[in-house]
Amino acid sequence: MASRSTPAKKGPSPAAAKTERLLNLVIALLSTRQPLSRARIRQAVPDYAAGSDEAFERMFERDKDELRALGIPLRTEPIDPFFDDEPGYRIDQREYALPQIELEPDEVAVLGLASRMWSQASLAGPAAQALRKLDAAGLMRDEASVAGLEPLLHTTEPAFDPVRDAVLTRTALAFDYRRAGEAEPVTRHVQPWGLTSWHGRWYLTGHDVDRGASRVFRLDRIVGAPRRTGRAGAFEVPDGHDPRAMIRTAYGDDAGERTEVVLRVRGGSASSLRRRGEVEPGDDGWDELRVRVSGTASLVQEVAAAGPDVRVLSPAEVRDQVVEALQAVAAAHEGEES
Amino acid sequence: MVTYESATSRLGRLLTMVPWLLNRQGIDLAEAADQLGTSVDQVVDDLQLLFVCGLPGHYPDDLIEASWEDGRVHVANADTIARPLRLGRDEALALIVALRALADTPGLTDRDAIDRALAKLESAAGDAAASADQVQVSLEQPLPPELADRLRRAIGGRRRVHLRYTVASRDETTERDVDPVRVAAVDGRWYLEGWCHRAGGVRLFRLDRVEDLQVLDVDGTPPPDLPLRDLGSGVYRAAPDDLRVHLEVDPRAAWITETLPVEEVRRRDDGVLEVVLPVADPVWLHRLVRREAGAVRVTAPADVVADVAREAREAVAGHRGTTRID
Repeated sequence: MASRSTPAKKGPSPAAAKTERLLNLVIALLSTRQPLSRARIRQAVPDYAAGSDEAFERMFERDKDELRALGIPLRTEPIDPFFDDEPGYRIDQREYALPQIELEPDEVAVLGLASRMWSQASLAGPAAQALRKLDAAGLMRDEASVAGLEPLLHTTEPAFDPVRDAVLTRTALAFDYRRAGEAEPVTRHVQPWGLTSWHGRWYLTGHDVDRGASRVFRLDRIVGAPRRTGRAGAFEVPDGHDPRAMIRTAYGDDAGERTEVVLRVRGGSASSLRRRGEVEPGDDGWDELRVRVSGTASLVQEVAAAGPDVRVLSPAEVRDQVVEALQAVAAAHEGEES
Repeated sequence: MVTYESATSRLGRLLTMVPWLLNRQGIDLAEAADQLGTSVDQVVDDLQLLFVCGLPGHYPDDLIEASWEDGRVHVANADTIARPLRLGRDEALALIVALRALADTPGLTDRDAIDRALAKLESAAGDAAASADQVQVSLEQPLPPELADRLRRAIGGRRRVHLRYTVASRDETTERDVDPVRVAAVDGRWYLEGWCHRAGGVRLFRLDRVEDLQVLDVDGTPPPDLPLRDLGSGVYRAAPDDLRVHLEVDPRAAWITETLPVEEVRRRDDGVLEVVLPVADPVWLHRLVRREAGAVRVTAPADVVADVAREAREAVAGHRGTTRID
């Protein structure tokens, strides 16, 4: 075990020395009711006392910024309320500390589940840290209520962290974006409003500055690193912004009116299609299936996937689209056989 | 494990760790490291650092006491930092966004507990909670509440379930008994993982392909120490004896390289991706290729290429030869 009385203890690494200095500073500022002058602070923190005046001033300025960036509410106040000649510093325990909240065992359990949802994703660290703070006291946990549940979030898109930061700080972004079916990415300028996971994918919603309209972007189609192009808080997110509605309109296929598609399905096959509609058993080994859809794109894909087991009876447009898809498949695979 | 940590993020971690340890005096060192998500060496390093910090003056009485003799951790004399720091922006965001997603998934968990936890969390987080509105998660296909409820009962009560299930790769319906281990949501889809008595192994079932699920009045405790899948890298997994199929993938079907366990990816100058995909079941491959309508082209092996072409032609002829009989 280390002994603090050993004078020639092995010096800590520069990073460890800095953490030590910051922790001593936090403790000093939390322990005082009166704001501390710079001179008092310099005495209170060994690392500050050791260097020159200039080195202290430089370090202290940087350290203050870093503590604030960590969310520590460092206050600057006059030392003497009647003379504001010199500012003093302190941290108010009530502003610093997480408020005491009483959590029931089932509440701790769902918070634990919420934290674990990020365990494989970008916010894994903050999610675990948040739970340790809330459960610092070691509360009772009713794990049975969430046993066997593992919803996992993924943030494999490299753009996730910079986009999240831009959304939260309301900072404009520029990024290269590859639209479906386009080989070359195009640079887009966007005021980011929201970041939404929908059907397992992350989407950015925002105002496209070049097009002068709101747009939806898939994060996995952003090429390279997004760049900040403005200052934080430079725009407002419109009231009533509904990212899910925007994404559904842009990517979903539940818009528009419903179409009835009639299919012939080979007996025993195409289970997933059968579940989407009503089946009328036939006596020739084929059943008739009626499916009502609002957009036909995903149904066309599914019918094409089913291949020779499914035939479209009506409407003709759906059949033509399926035939076109299958002909493209056949054409791509012919003429190469030896 | 912590790979690189800045001085400030370490400070943030220590300010969380101290209150946590103060309430768990005498905790086993290895257990503390495990629950703190770090290594024993790191915890010892941290305790050594705490030990030289304290109140101004820095006399022995001012310093934090930290000891870890015989593998038990004790921390004392740290009153000023005995309470955790308020939640930071990302900390509040992570929990609030996840809880709201759970709240939107009826039947899965106790909605009441989630609402209560959310209300307390939002009030404790204060300003940090405000930005959580801008990030949303839909856990997709809200699980039918009745199915969610049956699964909860089965897992909670260790009951076996009987499944009617569509095997997507073959588009066939199967019946099987499963001892459930967990219900997981990955990439927006819900899965049941459990010991399948029909397959004699651990299987993952997509819940949107479950046609029917009955909770049986039979003990469903799965065999111990099952090799569960690491769901962190997605649900598809290649096997060594899978057929290696060579594909040319158009940029519009690039999702394949992101979602499936492709083994080699080469981007050509014209944007086309050349990949090698392990395939366990040729039927599944045929369906994949047909679904992508020409954006995915098999180049080898030759017999697979010929089969894909023949089946696509056969399907075209089927559609053309079918007339509506009213």
